[in-house]
Amino acid sequence: MSDALSLTAAEAAARIRAGELDAGELWHGYRERAAADEYNAFTWVAEAGEPPAVDSQAPLAGVPVAVKDLFCTAGVPSQAGSKILEGYRPPYTATSVAHLTGAGAPLLAKTNQDEFAMGSSTENSAYGPTLNPWDRTRVPGGSSGGSAAAVAAGSAPWAIGTDTGGSIRQPAALCGIVGMKPTYGAISRYGMIAFASSLDQAGPFTRDVTDAALLLGAMAGRDPCDSTSVGLPAPVELPSRTDLSGIRLGVPEELTGEGIEPGVLVSFEETLDRARELGAAVEPCRLPHAPHALSAYYLIAPAEASSNLARYDGVRYGFRAGGVRDLLRMYTETRDQGFGAEVKRRIMLGTYALSSGYYDAYYGRAQQVRTLIGRDFHAVWERFDFVATPTAPTVAFELGAKTADPLAMYLNDFCTVPMSLAGIPGISIPSGLSDGLPVGFQLAGPAFSENALLDASHALERAIGFDAAPWRRA
Amino acid sequence: MLSRDQVLHVARLARLELSEAEVQRMSEELSKVLDHIEKIGELGDLAGVEPTSHVTAVENALRADEPRPSLPAEVALRGAPEPDMGGFRVPSPGPPPA
Repeated sequence: MSDALSLTAAEAAARIRAGELDAGELWHGYRERAAADEYNAFTWVAEAGEPPAVDSQAPLAGVPVAVKDLFCTAGVPSQAGSKILEGYRPPYTATSVAHLTGAGAPLLAKTNQDEFAMGSSTENSAYGPTLNPWDRTRVPGGSSGGSAAAVAAGSAPWAIGTDTGGSIRQPAALCGIVGMKPTYGAISRYGMIAFASSLDQAGPFTRDVTDAALLLGAMAGRDPCDSTSVGLPAPVELPSRTDLSGIRLGVPEELTGEGIEPGVLVSFEETLDRARELGAAVEPCRLPHAPHALSAYYLIAPAEASSNLARYDGVRYGFRAGGVRDLLRMYTETRDQGFGAEVKRRIMLGTYALSSGYYDAYYGRAQQVRTLIGRDFHAVWERFDFVATPTAPTVAFELGAKTADPLAMYLNDFCTVPMSLAGIPGISIPSGLSDGLPVGFQLAGPAFSENALLDASHALERAIGFDAAPWRRA
Repeated sequence: MLSRDQVLHVARLARLELSEAEVQRMSEELSKVLDHIEKIGELGDLAGVEPTSHVTAVENALRADEPRPSLPAEVALRGAPEPDMGGFRVPSPGPPPA
């Protein structure tokens, strides 16, 4: 069985389809591994017993999937890592998850995350921190750290998460796996517990780029329940490209210099060399407003969050503070006891940015900067097919290293927020190791360039030849 | 630096009850973050720049206004801390204003 668990999801699906592997056995193998969770990657694991009935001829052929806690799953705990949703079992399932189960991928487990996806280390969780499978004294990144750790540890064949400012790409980088944030609107947000609605986007965590394409293809699509969803213009194709001839790769000066750890830059430069060897033209480019992206992001995202999180008032679901006889005090005490420190910080920041007298200088201006960042990318696409940056400025850091300094934690998102603000797709693939820890390489392209992006990433992945399985190195 | 009064004002707007220690910490942490964020002031006059509130080209998403079944009340109430008589029971908002 351990052989089957080392297969990629696409390989496992092919064997199931050919009758060479039993989907029920694969389910049991992964379920046992997930139940034995050594990294606190999971918040809920499917019960032992009969494996779910699956159609072995369905596109995902019964290969089970792990899902970030904030996706609503009917009857299954969905707390977005927060105490304020204690005991919440949603009455409905998120569209993206329903698409996956409909395509033959049963729900294996729910994964740990920073509370309401606010964080870059999965330390802000009511369930306690998730550990990095490469080094359990270090964080897996965040906010979708549980999904990243589950895939890196081999306790799930693949997983999904959400990315608001880097919450898929950064943990994928820190855990040495593939993570992709699609174009905003490619996948329905219906049933995703909201953080910042104009930025939130679901996406895959996988062992390789082919699996990412397979999972993305099953999730994408317009949904009448999410009026901002548009789907993808063409079906997602499995990547086949093995070279990069004719590809023009822009390297933005603003995101590849100051603030990036030397070891990360070495791996980044080596990967650019691989790209050149594969035939790509690699040249510097400019994103003049990118240095301001983080500031704009940390106004826009908390502003939207402060509004989205107003619904947690102890009335309709989840936790309510006990022993309070006055309505207003019930609201304020429920929110004080139910939210963690980082969530309170963001609610305060967002409320401040939206408050009378500050709106224009903060929120309004941040939205204008967002426009400028979008224009920067448009100008780049006139000369380049993709931009390349390191995914995160550092490798996985030690647990607790940044929890006392919110700004230091926010700087993790330096290379990923510009793409989020522009709504464009980005993918992180592992490019190598620095001090024995994985480094991520980010490729981003114009809106709806998913197929080309996956193809280019596939060619690079082959050339890099990274082994995405830390447990095989021991 | 965000003053104690500003922190308390924003906390009231956000319906957050902060302890004295939290008020102090929030004032320091938010001030530090705002110092960084205020760098967007360096971009100067942005008068001609349209704000972006949404990146998709979708202008409007309309559908026919036809009645459809919705979540049954008993299912919607299932997760409530205190469901009662087909509704959500809450503490009294207090006496009406005079």
